[in-house]
Amino acid sequence: MDLIRELGSTLGWTAKDVLPVALFMLFVYCVVLRQKLARARNVIAGLSFVTVGLALLLLGVDKALFPAGRMMVEQLSPDNAHDAAAAPSWASFHLIYLFAFCITFAAAIAEPTLFAVAQRVNELSGGAINTWGLRIAAAAGVALGVTLGCMRVVAGVPLHWCLTAVFVIIAVQTITAPRVILPLAYDTGGVSTTVVTVPVVAALGLGLAELLPARNPLLDGFGMVAMACMVPAIVVLAYAQIAMLFEKRARRRRREPE
Amino acid sequence: MRLFGRMVLGTIRDMAPVVVVVLFFHSIVLGQPVSRLFPLIEGTLLVLAGLVLLVYGLELALFPLGESLANALALRGSFVWLVLFAFLLGFGTTFAEPALTAVAAEAARAAASGGAIEHTPDALARYAFGLRFVVALAVGCALTLGVVRIVFGWPLPPLVIGGYVLVVALTLVAPPAVIGIAFDSGGVTTSVITVPLVTALGIGLASSLAGRNAMSDGFGTIALVLVMPMLFVMAYGTILSWI
Repeated sequence: MDLIRELGSTLGWTAKDVLPVALFMLFVYCVVLRQKLARARNVIAGLSFVTVGLALLLLGVDKALFPAGRMMVEQLSPDNAHDAAAAPSWASFHLIYLFAFCITFAAAIAEPTLFAVAQRVNELSGGAINTWGLRIAAAAGVALGVTLGCMRVVAGVPLHWCLTAVFVIIAVQTITAPRVILPLAYDTGGVSTTVVTVPVVAALGLGLAELLPARNPLLDGFGMVAMACMVPAIVVLAYAQIAMLFEKRARRRRREPE
Repeated sequence: MRLFGRMVLGTIRDMAPVVVVVLFFHSIVLGQPVSRLFPLIEGTLLVLAGLVLLVYGLELALFPLGESLANALALRGSFVWLVLFAFLLGFGTTFAEPALTAVAAEAARAAASGGAIEHTPDALARYAFGLRFVVALAVGCALTLGVVRIVFGWPLPPLVIGGYVLVVALTLVAPPAVIGIAFDSGGVTTSVITVPLVTALGIGLASSLAGRNAMSDGFGTIALVLVMPMLFVMAYGTILSWI
């Protein structure tokens, strides 16, 4: 019974999120542009699926992913983490880093927006960009970003140093990477951090900041999402560069047979 | 119906890694009894059901709606309407975004604990509202810039890298309390509604304009949505600290 009541209130919440956007778009399309909506039934059904699906997902994330993340961080931490005097070294949190990497990788793979965009990219590129290749590269990027973010919180490195380094790497890769992939690569970070990843990342950040006595959860809790959405560009660009390299080598080998 | 069945199976496959990771760390690394995870089953099933509906709904409604809207706007040839639409879409969806509201409230508490603002409900609410407004403005401008870029065929890398340079320059003068929230504000605004819509808008626009390629011109707007709020929030925090 509780579940139904909770679902009802979450549904109200997501409807408030989805409906204004949908109505605005339909208004512009039908009234301002005077177009007839093709397959109106599909659009209406799709919008209700999005609303209900989002409500179920948010409730489930709240009931499963968020508590699981918090619980794991608490249990995987070294025993003396709470002890400010013992000052555990940042390396003693290795289990947390490993967990952070695995769980954010898995969460990004499950991310519906990444799935939908990867599929669209596959269609647009005529199959040249593999759906799974893009999803795995993006997810690895998110996982790498969050793991580095966890290390940063534990080691107490200022956030803007890390992000400046990330920016510099992206800028250098921009010079050498294939042009066509650049816009997509910059986009992947935002695409892969939506409904599933962000709560997981938040649970990790919050759990970690609470665990460490020297950290202020309010100030050090920030920054994890930023790492999660900037680092994927690096990995996707690297993936494209490596693919290009292999292709070049294969072409050269074909040209001069031994 | 067959498509729906395939989707359910696909979603189960996509969710499996999460379950495996939690099970592995819980049972093997920590050696805890599996029964302690039973309370999480209900939530996992909800996530699964939600993902199926969401993915199906995105393909059925948000992608086609965004693309046909972009097509219609491009065919009409009204640049003013296009820009106005892009700005309103960005501003509106962001200002109403629940995740941003939550983060803005948290940022207000962080600013108060850092001594940047007074610790009264009134000051907190004003700070949070200002933050939401600035982020929404930033996303509106980012979408506008993204659309203008596609129409005129401007290359994306200078815009994005230029944005990074400005952000890094601003961290030198911005108050420390605002830097964390500024960096996070970009990622928080990309939601499950905005990402498909903005992507579809870019693809639709690029594919209906002559001389534009959907792959190399259609993408990139999300990247601007990530950078622009960082820039605006840092600037906002810096200006506030000067007053």
